[in-house]
Amino acid sequence: MPEILVYAEVQKGEIKKGAFEIASKAKALGGQVSACIIGKDVEGLAGQLGKFGADKIYVVDGPEFENYSTEPFVQALAHVAGLVNPSIIFLSASAQGKDLTPAVAARLKVGSISDCVDLTLDGDKVTAKRPMYAGKAYAMVEANGTPQVLSIRPNSFGVEEIAGAGAVEKVDVSLDESKIKTVVKSVEVAASEAPDQTEAEIIVSGGRGIDGAENFKLLEDLVRALGPNATIGASRAAVDAEWIDHGYQIGQTGKTVSPNLYIAAGISGAIQHLAGITTSKVIVAIDKDPEAPIFSKADYGIVGDLFEVLPKLTEEVKKIKG
Amino acid sequence: MNAVVCVKQVPDTETLIKLNAEGTEIATEGVKWILNPYDEYAVEEAVQQKEKAGDGSVTLVTLGPDRALEALRSGLAVGADTAVHINDAAFAEKTDPYATAVALAAAVKELEYDMIFCGKQAMEDDAGQVASILGELLELPVVTVVVKLEVSDDKKTAIVTREIEGGHAVIEVPLPAVFTAQKGLNNPRYASLPGIMKAKKKPVTVKTVADLGVSAEPMTVVKSMSLPPDRQAGKMIEGDDAAAKAIALAKALHEEAKII
Repeated sequence: MPEILVYAEVQKGEIKKGAFEIASKAKALGGQVSACIIGKDVEGLAGQLGKFGADKIYVVDGPEFENYSTEPFVQALAHVAGLVNPSIIFLSASAQGKDLTPAVAARLKVGSISDCVDLTLDGDKVTAKRPMYAGKAYAMVEANGTPQVLSIRPNSFGVEEIAGAGAVEKVDVSLDESKIKTVVKSVEVAASEAPDQTEAEIIVSGGRGIDGAENFKLLEDLVRALGPNATIGASRAAVDAEWIDHGYQIGQTGKTVSPNLYIAAGISGAIQHLAGITTSKVIVAIDKDPEAPIFSKADYGIVGDLFEVLPKLTEEVKKIKG
Repeated sequence: MNAVVCVKQVPDTETLIKLNAEGTEIATEGVKWILNPYDEYAVEEAVQQKEKAGDGSVTLVTLGPDRALEALRSGLAVGADTAVHINDAAFAEKTDPYATAVALAAAVKELEYDMIFCGKQAMEDDAGQVASILGELLELPVVTVVVKLEVSDDKKTAIVTREIEGGHAVIEVPLPAVFTAQKGLNNPRYASLPGIMKAKKKPVTVKTVADLGVSAEPMTVVKSMSLPPDRQAGKMIEGDDAAAKAIALAKALHEEAKII
């Protein structure tokens, strides 16, 4: 039974969904699962991981871990890896996970496999499926060396209730201050409770057809009606027109996403955009041009004026959600 | 202010990706190769920082086959001064981010630098690892996904803004350091005709694995590749007007797809 260490990311005082996804997947693969949680005042959260596969939960808790910073978190996670001696380490490929994964792997003197969407296990050996070319192709990848470090794309696996022993152990990590050269001066996070595009279950995206920053309100109304797991996205055309920040961009120069539902409004569907949404479960396209390439990839298409379709759709969604 | 920029040549993002007959890598026939778009931001930032400081030089480093020289030339055409081309058949078969970073680190060690820039990720393997490994090997701090960078007057530190989930973090970091460029960091300039002409005469040093004293041994191995299942066009929602179509769509998503 392989020993799998799972890094459980905390954000805004809660363990992220992606952490439960990878912990329960680790257990489902037949691993002995340890989780590691790092932050300030996070000890009380640790127990939850037991319900989702963790046999043991290592807690690194202290004021020095209040804000994420690469070096202290690398040291803490590498320290826990030293205690567990895992053959496999999973992290969620969130914004933080993408920064931490290659850094902690390099500290452990191994490589890592980024943004995996599927995993198989043969003994202790993982084979991972991961997208390349923003999803235009997939590679089956194996890691040489131990531990095998992988980041897993959010939404690749469901959160499964699967009991682990759930023992919590507090770990003291004395940081090597000489290696900590960066200082986090400030952190600004939008007050919005909306999930990140890479983790959202529903994305409503606007493109050139939205025709102005002010019209994103139509998308916001629909997102609000769809509930807390929905968020806004945008095409490159909308970002380059400066109607919305680059953080919202979906596609090859933005984020690659896999929501349950992707609604593209006024997006024609350039190859770079389509590559970034291809793993969405259901794609809806609303555009006035019947020849738009997006319709060739959409499960449901509406040829029409989005300024008429979206408000009505919002109204209908509200009725359904009633 | 001396800067090193690690760059990579990748297929144009317009490329329709196909696989070779063995299904082990992409078919390169007919592929148009470009400088990785995120590396354009990295090169531009290095050139701007040099211009602001009024002294220093920008050196590009790449690892790739003969054709990668073109990517170096496009960086030299927009203001980089010199380039190092790690070109060795040992990397031709399979390479990975770790082996790449080991080779780059060995090449970078021989150069003068206050800052090292990389693109956020290469738009081909999309791994986003090389900069972090490079920082570890060179024992330098790394700040990823940078959208703003200001160097202090004494040139000893940088204040950088990086993208985080739902917002931004501002980080102070002593130089030298490694940075990865995100879209939005700057607006890369286009190469001018004189720039392109001058680039042809700028020095490019070729290095082999033996020159660098490193191994090309990868830490991760691509066993096979596949293409995603082709998404088929689904159902067009019909109706008398936009409102009728919207109602039909909501119904389909609720009752048929069962996702709302």
